[in-house]
Amino acid sequence: MNYSAYTIQGLRESLKKKHFSSESVVKDCLREIEDNKNLNAFITVCEKEAVEKAKEADKKIKEGADLPLLGVPISIKDMYLTKGIRTTAASKVLDDYIPQYSATAVKKLENAGAIILGKTNCDAWAHGSSGENSDYGPTENPYLKDYVPGGSSSGSAVSVAANMCFASTGTDTGGSIRLPASFCNVVGLKPTYGRVSRYGVIAMASSLDSIGHFTRYVEESALILSITAGKDPYDGTTPNEKVEDYSSYFKKNIKGIRIGMPKEYFSKGLDKRIKEKIEKEVRYLESRGAKIEIISLPHTEYAIACYYIILPAEVSSNLARYDGIRYGSARQNFGDEAKRRIILGTYVLSSGYYDAYYKKAMKIRTLIKKDFDEAFKKVDVIIAPVSPTLPWKIGEKADDPLAMYLTDIYTVTANLAGIPGLSVPIGLVDGLPVGMQILGPHFSEGRLFQVGKAVEESGL
Amino acid sequence: MKPVIGLEVHIELKTKSKMFCGCSADYFGKKPNTHTCPVCLGLPGTLPVPNKTAIKWCVMLGMALNCNIPLFSKFDRKNYFYPDLPKGYQISQYDKPFAINGYIDLNSQISNSKSQINSKFKNKNSKRIRIRRVHMEEDTGKLTHGSVSGENVTLIDFNRSGVPLVEIVTEPDFDNAGDVKDYLQKLQQIVRYLGISNADMEKGDMRLEPNISVLKLKSQNPKVKTELPDYKVEVKNINSFRFVEKAIEFEIKRQSEILKKDETPAQETRGWNEAKQKTIMQRVKEESSDYRYFPEPDIPPIRWTRKDLENIKKQIPELPNSKKERFIKEYGLTGYDTQILIREKETADYFEGAVRAGSKDNIKPKTIANLIINKKINMEETLPSSLIKSIIKTSSYGKINTDKIIKAVGEVLNENPQAFKDYKDGKTQVLQFLVGNTIKKLKERVDPKIIVEVINKK
Repeated sequence: MNYSAYTIQGLRESLKKKHFSSESVVKDCLREIEDNKNLNAFITVCEKEAVEKAKEADKKIKEGADLPLLGVPISIKDMYLTKGIRTTAASKVLDDYIPQYSATAVKKLENAGAIILGKTNCDAWAHGSSGENSDYGPTENPYLKDYVPGGSSSGSAVSVAANMCFASTGTDTGGSIRLPASFCNVVGLKPTYGRVSRYGVIAMASSLDSIGHFTRYVEESALILSITAGKDPYDGTTPNEKVEDYSSYFKKNIKGIRIGMPKEYFSKGLDKRIKEKIEKEVRYLESRGAKIEIISLPHTEYAIACYYIILPAEVSSNLARYDGIRYGSARQNFGDEAKRRIILGTYVLSSGYYDAYYKKAMKIRTLIKKDFDEAFKKVDVIIAPVSPTLPWKIGEKADDPLAMYLTDIYTVTANLAGIPGLSVPIGLVDGLPVGMQILGPHFSEGRLFQVGKAVEESGL
Repeated sequence: MKPVIGLEVHIELKTKSKMFCGCSADYFGKKPNTHTCPVCLGLPGTLPVPNKTAIKWCVMLGMALNCNIPLFSKFDRKNYFYPDLPKGYQISQYDKPFAINGYIDLNSQISNSKSQINSKFKNKNSKRIRIRRVHMEEDTGKLTHGSVSGENVTLIDFNRSGVPLVEIVTEPDFDNAGDVKDYLQKLQQIVRYLGISNADMEKGDMRLEPNISVLKLKSQNPKVKTELPDYKVEVKNINSFRFVEKAIEFEIKRQSEILKKDETPAQETRGWNEAKQKTIMQRVKEESSDYRYFPEPDIPPIRWTRKDLENIKKQIPELPNSKKERFIKEYGLTGYDTQILIREKETADYFEGAVRAGSKDNIKPKTIANLIINKKINMEETLPSSLIKSIIKTSSYGKINTDKIIKAVGEVLNENPQAFKDYKDGKTQVLQFLVGNTIKKLKERVDPKIIVEVINKK
């Protein structure tokens, strides 16, 4: 892409100064999408509409309109409802579903002037860690042929990493933004639960779903959040909490910031090369005045078990509406992973099993939350790996759901606790990207951006 | 044999909007699928945002039914498949309903003149029906089975989907159909007093589901506590108090006959067939359905403060029982009269309005009560003040001593013998002259009809 050197903010400046038009940027992005079709990042591309919108944006710019994303091309995960644009959740069950309304986050982005290029591929119903569960075929990692880009927001991460657009939305229920961000060398934000409205985003597991996004730079991530965040009268789980001026955090240095490294996240199972990379970053942050502390999150080992009870329980209920009556597709058309989760969830909620599974999992969830509450009394942020391994080859874990589930071992905790997490790139190992996540207390996104920016500046 | 009856009542609230979206909840008689939006159609991505008024009204009803209001409450998902349920689950309340452990006393123990004779009997018969819970949920869509262009089809109307519904569940404290009817009338009256539902049976605002079983008494001694029967029969969706009565009576008879043969009636769901005057088996319940309840993750739990609850309590208007007591005390009315006056809040309010209007003219509340009870007053067209005016008019005529009128008429006739003769001869036009003179003589307002009567008797 000719414009890939620009940040969103830089692009906006140039568009404002009319150095080039939004139409040329959009067309360039569409060309990039076309040229990289083999990556399978998109399920639906809205070429005509996008070019139309770009022309409108150029007209508005001419008239002096100034919106934070005016004329900026973005992509939307196919879990987000887009009025008039097919929305499939990457499942054949919704193959021809055209929504009557748009998700709140989509509306906000469009109101800020963003231009939607299309809907990105993902694991069907966001069920997966690799992108391979899509009924529209797997997405490929742009860094190394035949490797997975991470999931479930696979196409979104790839669309940003491969310069097809400037930002993309994702959903993170157990790591679905942070993992693909880490695998594709981009910045991925999972905001605090409720920070961004879930209205109009197809629900996976309602108590865990976080609505976030991908960008190439931390400052862009902050800009997007300042647009999407806030209370939504259509989502009762969005609190009144004020949306901070995130840009103010970039003026602060990180001197004195207390960073915790949970020992449970750096023990066996973590690829040594990833560990080394993170430690290098941490030493850099220390050199800039951050205080590093080894902490403990003692209930981490129960997180995956707990997550894979609560998650399917909610999934089994959320997928009940696709009952074969209303969306024209029978329930047999659900893929294996959806079926697996529906069966698991139905089982753990059944009378006689509820107490042993769901209720117990909810108790563990409370303990995991408390772990973080305790930790954040001692430290401001926590740094941890995103994935225990590097990206793997497409097909490698496809027949082993349990191995796939374990990929989420470091990410599900933030969803169970409802806290925000920012995945930032920290370089390549054997040509494959590695990311690291920064976790903070509820509504501490500004602080995460501050530390994330410092990591970005390390240049390691 | 002792009947054991419990009751579930669903009441639709008359909030402006639906339970979880902004659609109008006033769906009755509206064109199908015109009161819908993505939320009540259960479209992908939609989320429920609870209606605060509906919740407040549910708590209010709980309070009016003498319930405890727990400080913590939450919504749950009740998962089941049915075409009228677009989400595949109903948002309801499972283990933390808004109100628990209340009651309705069936016969108020206040004595009154008419029932004084048998007050002893009444008190003995006064019964407390315990209310297990009052919870909030959403209504479903409505299915219509019919035929379109010769093809049998089922049509779905989602106008009702998401309308706020309150469910009131009693303990199995009833043992006869009459008490059930009494309970329902009281419940309907309270709901209408609160102004939270029209509780109109014909419009489906109130739906009744009795569960009936009959206990074979092992001991003749009524003091020996017996366990509940090991089966129960639910009769679903009855929309009239009378049908409930009939259905219960039918079931008691039907089940007793089975029990007499030493058999156990089947655990099943039945429906009342008015045409056949009997209940009809709908489906056998082998075991209780598994609804896989779990906390609704889309709605944060509700935590009340004492102050919140006090504020809600303050908004509860005077309820039938207290009104009855007060009317008896304050206006010296009989229990019987009071019962009629308070049956509907509008009548009670009208009565009190008239009492206020009549107080300066010393019109007795009893006089007003009698008028309202005995004459069919059109309360919508007659203002309480006009009612008082008409009372004054008639009662002041009546105040005149009849002897006085007879005397005056006698004098007038003596003074005008020719006119009297003419009248007797059929010249009716002189009547007005005679009546006028009599009124002049009396110097008081008199009903001319009375004077005419007196003249005619002469």
